[in-house]
Amino acid sequence: MRDVYVVGVGTTRYGELWDQSLRDLASEAGLRALVDAGLKAEDIDALYGANTSSGQFIDQEHIAALISDYSGISELGIPSIRIEAGSASGGAALHQAFLAVKSGQYDTIAVGGVEKMTDVPSEVANEIIGGSLDAEWETFLGATEPSIAALIARRHEYDRGVKRENYAILPVISHKHASMNETSHFKNVIKIDDVINASLVAEPLTVYDTAPVSDGASAVIITSDKKKIKSASNPIKIKSSSMANDFLSLHDRNRIDTFKAVKKSTSKALEGAGITLEKVDGFEIHDSYSIAGLIQLEELFGKEALRMSENGEYYYDSSCPINVSGGLKAHGNPLGATGVYQAVEATIQLRGNAGLRQVKDSRNFMIHNMGGLGTTSVTTILGVE
Amino acid sequence: MSEVPRFWREAKHRYRLVGTRCENCNTLYFPPRDICPKCRRESVGKMREEELSGEGEIYSFTIVHDGLEQFKLQVPYVMALIKTKEGPLVTGQIVDCDPSEIKIGMNVRSVLRKVRTEGKSGILQYGYKFELK
Repeated sequence: MRDVYVVGVGTTRYGELWDQSLRDLASEAGLRALVDAGLKAEDIDALYGANTSSGQFIDQEHIAALISDYSGISELGIPSIRIEAGSASGGAALHQAFLAVKSGQYDTIAVGGVEKMTDVPSEVANEIIGGSLDAEWETFLGATEPSIAALIARRHEYDRGVKRENYAILPVISHKHASMNETSHFKNVIKIDDVINASLVAEPLTVYDTAPVSDGASAVIITSDKKKIKSASNPIKIKSSSMANDFLSLHDRNRIDTFKAVKKSTSKALEGAGITLEKVDGFEIHDSYSIAGLIQLEELFGKEALRMSENGEYYYDSSCPINVSGGLKAHGNPLGATGVYQAVEATIQLRGNAGLRQVKDSRNFMIHNMGGLGTTSVTTILGVE
Repeated sequence: MSEVPRFWREAKHRYRLVGTRCENCNTLYFPPRDICPKCRRESVGKMREEELSGEGEIYSFTIVHDGLEQFKLQVPYVMALIKTKEGPLVTGQIVDCDPSEIKIGMNVRSVLRKVRTEGKSGILQYGYKFELK
């Protein structure tokens, strides 16, 4: 099995990008990644495109072919496929590309993630986001994705004595980090009271507990071709990538406030990378909802998660930086793109190019993308040797 | 999106809370399943339909303020997970109550209610909700 490296990264800004279509966003990100890698389209063996719901958001399926076409590379005949795994699509596409390159089937793959969400009104967007739940036994009855997250929060408070502030702090941290990232959807800094007192979505969660509806695209070029790795300015190794799944719906799980799939994919990823948790210098987690962020941290750090939060250890300049990009909450949440942006952020950090939000001496980054609430879980570890 | 055939298929389960019991390990499931996640292959052909009593207690709940288009007129409404007497957790709304009174552990029973209206033709779709006992 061969070593796999990220040799190029690119992203669009995330936000309400009215003047750009899905195809514009995807080709912008892809081109940036290619230029960053110092490669041409001819050097790419396959295109893996992550996307969650283009059929519902913009009435367009078959989008990997569309993106390849409008990126001007259709005459090269490069195989192009879309990968969907709910909001973990980006992570899943990266995972699949990693396997294909590692196996030797392909040398070089462009992995892109894109979501165009603001062509529909926000109520419609919320309905589409609910598409990751069970349509017959959850959404039919009135459940929204935030309401499912709220059920977790309420029970977690009841069973474990967790306080509102323990998860309301996560959006505060994400906004602080996003304010230092030029591609962020939000750049404003917020306080814990802003989160708790914002307009209610599904009690106890407010609009600040939930990640926004965003447009955006991100891309990475991965390769095992020695020449391309050598000529890249700052290649970053993908040390491992693991995936795990759980029941689709909360009502089928033994506990609703733990994410078994997250435990599984993160520990398998650490094992694959041959490192312990202490060796990870920064984490990008899937903070689609503040409470979901907390549960992921608990799966990683156990009971320490709350203490670390109270000690302020999750900030970029502290001992255990979480979501230095701004996370889904503040950097933005174009569903299928998020997992790919996490890889972009990890690469920027490991190259030492993150500017104000740079994590000092970072050698290993764990990125974690999730579909639904703990249903699909993808963990990838990137690092320098 | 037309849901008539899909809805017709599930009517029995939605009207009367009919789940399935695995005759191999005796676990009862709701929503109904064709394959038991514990016994897998051993359960094939051994899943028998069984009606739940509709009684249970609130396991978790939330008051939804930003609801789906179909439920806009009901906002704020209560979504909950009900721990049924027979075991399975069921996702559903709690109705006919003051949302501020709801607490984890309260006893509820299922009721048959209109859930949605489908499309412009206005086909009514019914299903279970829960009320305080």
